[in-house]
Amino acid sequence: MGYVGSSVKRVEDPRFIQGKGAYVANIELPKMVYLAVKRSPYGHAKITKINTKKAKAHPGVVAVFTGQDLIDSGVGVMPCGWNVPDIQIPVRQALTVDKARHVGDGIAVVAAEHPYIAADAVELIDVSYEPLPAVVDARKTTDVGVPQIHDNVAENTSFEWSLGDKEACDKAFSEADHIVDLELTNQRLIANAMEPRACVAQWNHATEEMTVWTTSQNPQPIRLLLSAFTLGIPENRLRVISPDVGGGFGSKIFHYPEEVITPWIAREINRPAKWVATRSESSVTDSQGRDHITLARMALKKDGEISGVHVSTWANMGGYLSTFAPLIPTAFYITLFAGLYKMKGVWGEVFGTITNTVPVDAYRGAGRPEASYVIERLVDVAAHELGMDPVELRRKNFIGKDEFPYQTPVALQYDSGDYHAIFDKATSIANYTKMRSDQDEARSSGRLVGVGVSGCIEASGPAPSAVAGALGSAVGFWESGVVRVHPSGKVTVLTGSHSHGQGHETTFAQIIADELGIDMGDIEVVHGDTGRIPFGMGTYGSRSAAVGGSALVKSAEKVREKLKKIAAHQLEASVEDMVYDQKEGKVYVKGSPDKAKPFGELAFAAYSAHNLPEGLEPGLDETSFYDPANFTFPNSAHIAQVEIDPETGEVDIQRYIAVDDVGNVINPMLVEAQIQGGIAQGAGQALWEQGVYDENGQLLTASLMEYAMPRAHAFPRFEIGRVETPSPHNPLGVKGAGEMGTIASTVCIANAVMDALAPLGIRHLDMPLTPEKIWNAISAVGQRTTAKVEYFGGD
Amino acid sequence: MKLPVSIAVNGSATSSEVEPRLLLVHYLRDVLGLTGTNVGCDTSQCGSCTVLIDGEAVKSCTVLAVQADGSDITTIEGLAQDGELHPIQQAFWDNHGLQCGFCTPGMILTATEILKKNPRADEHEVRHGLEGNICRCTGYENIVKSIVAAQSAKPAKKRASKKGAA
Repeated sequence: MGYVGSSVKRVEDPRFIQGKGAYVANIELPKMVYLAVKRSPYGHAKITKINTKKAKAHPGVVAVFTGQDLIDSGVGVMPCGWNVPDIQIPVRQALTVDKARHVGDGIAVVAAEHPYIAADAVELIDVSYEPLPAVVDARKTTDVGVPQIHDNVAENTSFEWSLGDKEACDKAFSEADHIVDLELTNQRLIANAMEPRACVAQWNHATEEMTVWTTSQNPQPIRLLLSAFTLGIPENRLRVISPDVGGGFGSKIFHYPEEVITPWIAREINRPAKWVATRSESSVTDSQGRDHITLARMALKKDGEISGVHVSTWANMGGYLSTFAPLIPTAFYITLFAGLYKMKGVWGEVFGTITNTVPVDAYRGAGRPEASYVIERLVDVAAHELGMDPVELRRKNFIGKDEFPYQTPVALQYDSGDYHAIFDKATSIANYTKMRSDQDEARSSGRLVGVGVSGCIEASGPAPSAVAGALGSAVGFWESGVVRVHPSGKVTVLTGSHSHGQGHETTFAQIIADELGIDMGDIEVVHGDTGRIPFGMGTYGSRSAAVGGSALVKSAEKVREKLKKIAAHQLEASVEDMVYDQKEGKVYVKGSPDKAKPFGELAFAAYSAHNLPEGLEPGLDETSFYDPANFTFPNSAHIAQVEIDPETGEVDIQRYIAVDDVGNVINPMLVEAQIQGGIAQGAGQALWEQGVYDENGQLLTASLMEYAMPRAHAFPRFEIGRVETPSPHNPLGVKGAGEMGTIASTVCIANAVMDALAPLGIRHLDMPLTPEKIWNAISAVGQRTTAKVEYFGGD
Repeated sequence: MKLPVSIAVNGSATSSEVEPRLLLVHYLRDVLGLTGTNVGCDTSQCGSCTVLIDGEAVKSCTVLAVQADGSDITTIEGLAQDGELHPIQQAFWDNHGLQCGFCTPGMILTATEILKKNPRADEHEVRHGLEGNICRCTGYENIVKSIVAAQSAKPAKKRASKKGAA
């Protein structure tokens, strides 16, 4: 029918634009109680006493519980789902009992008749603390005088991990003509999905079944973890629903304490329970992002050939290990150090350290933006130091389009790409030569104009499951997909993927409509409800189209095959001679399209079962579990032009060009929007955003008053282009599209700002590149020297 | 202590006895069950809870229900008329002006104010008009595009006359 590849308007939008979004916080149930959690105001403190007497006596309070109540009833510790070798996993209770290990660590919970009463009563809980010295810096956790945060995590170092060819790396550096050294901080970020997390639970006393509504990107794994690790209700008596979810960006992947506490209370007091985070509560409880300190070196030959990189990173894991935390700075980070380049001597190591900060886990891009930031900053500084154009230096080192599949020295095998083509397109849209000559002109009149470039690679749709298992994953990375054709020919599609803004109700319907040759309007896509869909893995790592979409394609293939069998029987022909016309949705004998059996008639025939081939089961309901052979490898060429106001240090993004290769595209409008949103989010990290802790572990940016979110006026209209090299190993030929914007824009804009400051002799500043930081750097130069500085000027 | 309030919401009279501290957004969501107005922050930064009070876009988390006593409020649920989308709602749909949809009600109601004050607002003016509304998904581009596109859409008057004819 030609849906795939066209910009179909979203079928989910009418409910959102009319205020009918079904978010968890909107759920109200009879006899509901409302929860509020008492949280630690200290980064690190011993809890000596918890007095809940006053809170319990407060009118309207139904119950007050502490962590000990949960432990006594058999609630298990919060699990970590990624175990690298020799990892020390801290014990994390849903409510802590012995110590608070970060500001916001939950200590007790109130259930009350009204949310305001619950909030009042939380203030009446009296917790006695003995404050302890805290550590917030990932590299200082082993310093003298720093206390051990968890008894079982020696030197506050949970794990060490390395990957690469050390010998080739050492050789590259010993034979290098030029070495670039950089110390980089990739700052702490707060995801800030606009919908704060929430959880509602209802216990059926009669059937002993629990329903949990939670703001999750992956309700099926949450059900598994609730069942097998924390709450202990059998999976077959536990239904987890993630209805409309207001953005995730990674922060809603993880199993959170409130998902344990809420159903536990619902069962304990036999009343529905509801917890909704305030924004400040989200700030101190949602797993955060990034926070790396890195020493990075790049080895080059005189002619600009990159021969190796050597990277040491201290990754701040926070006060506990969040669900997938150890994955992010290991297998999602060091594996990307080859970038778009043919270098052989790649080696990296990481130290995952525990600090008195909110736990860190996947945040849009998850490890890959951190890797791109390291590699693409190194390449950029190398270009400046060698006096080469940054685009030319990159081009000199690209893996050629004929070299795929390409095995990197850091485990990955890239599937497809044409890196020269993406840069051809980006430089053409930018009119790069003119951009550089305009920059020269601006510089000659004293203006601080910068042009930044980034060329990034992403490994999206983690796979295959066996490799993930070998790398430390406790789960597989396949996806389920059901195509259920009803007797009337209407279709319900069940997917294990989860949409929290991506638009799967539209794109997955496009896929199935084309696979079966039917109208999109006859298809309904269902996701996010373990009571309706098979086990599946959810949405993260830009996996939904490549893995979830492919599972649906496999099920549609099975539907087509069954319909061909039924049609062959009815038309008295052999199955091998049958043609399924995917344009028209009908089946006919090769050469006789005029005697076709339409989809609807065959669907009814499958259920009436009056005239089926011998041995064929009635019904038309196909399920597939698709385990991909490999990641997909989206890649990008981004170019930014910025100008800095020397009086204020403010950065103006004047132009932003993004050319991405995300393989085949199902819905160009939606893909473009993913890139746009990603660029803004990545720009936020480059210029404004930072989760700031003081030395005691106090989060100073715990509301949107202090945490600087990108706003509309900060951006120009983005100029977006596309190159498509289909992924050869999934049936749709798609690659992930959700994260590349963020991965590429952070370092692209950082490079642009540093390019603008290069004439002043400023080589590197850490993000966020705030007006204050830039103004101070400019002022320091002014005071320091008027000596001539050399810089790359594009000539 | 509870105080009486009478507030017209989306053309219907509502009244209740409320605590003086009850925020307007909680009156709309919890007392009236109008959950289209979302709460995205505690500090009046995000704009998700924007509604129209006597025609002016206001963040309903900054107003007490008792302060809104006697006023006329429009929420996202009240924008479409007779089953027909408001031109700004239609423009958001046509131009993919939303992803997760959480900030969308606030964006759409803010947009009505931007266009009321400046019916010919250009892209730059629309971007500045959205200063008080945060979106984490879209990078704002298609929100801005939607609001600019809504200016050339069918005026609401025409839809009103259709109502008269029916």
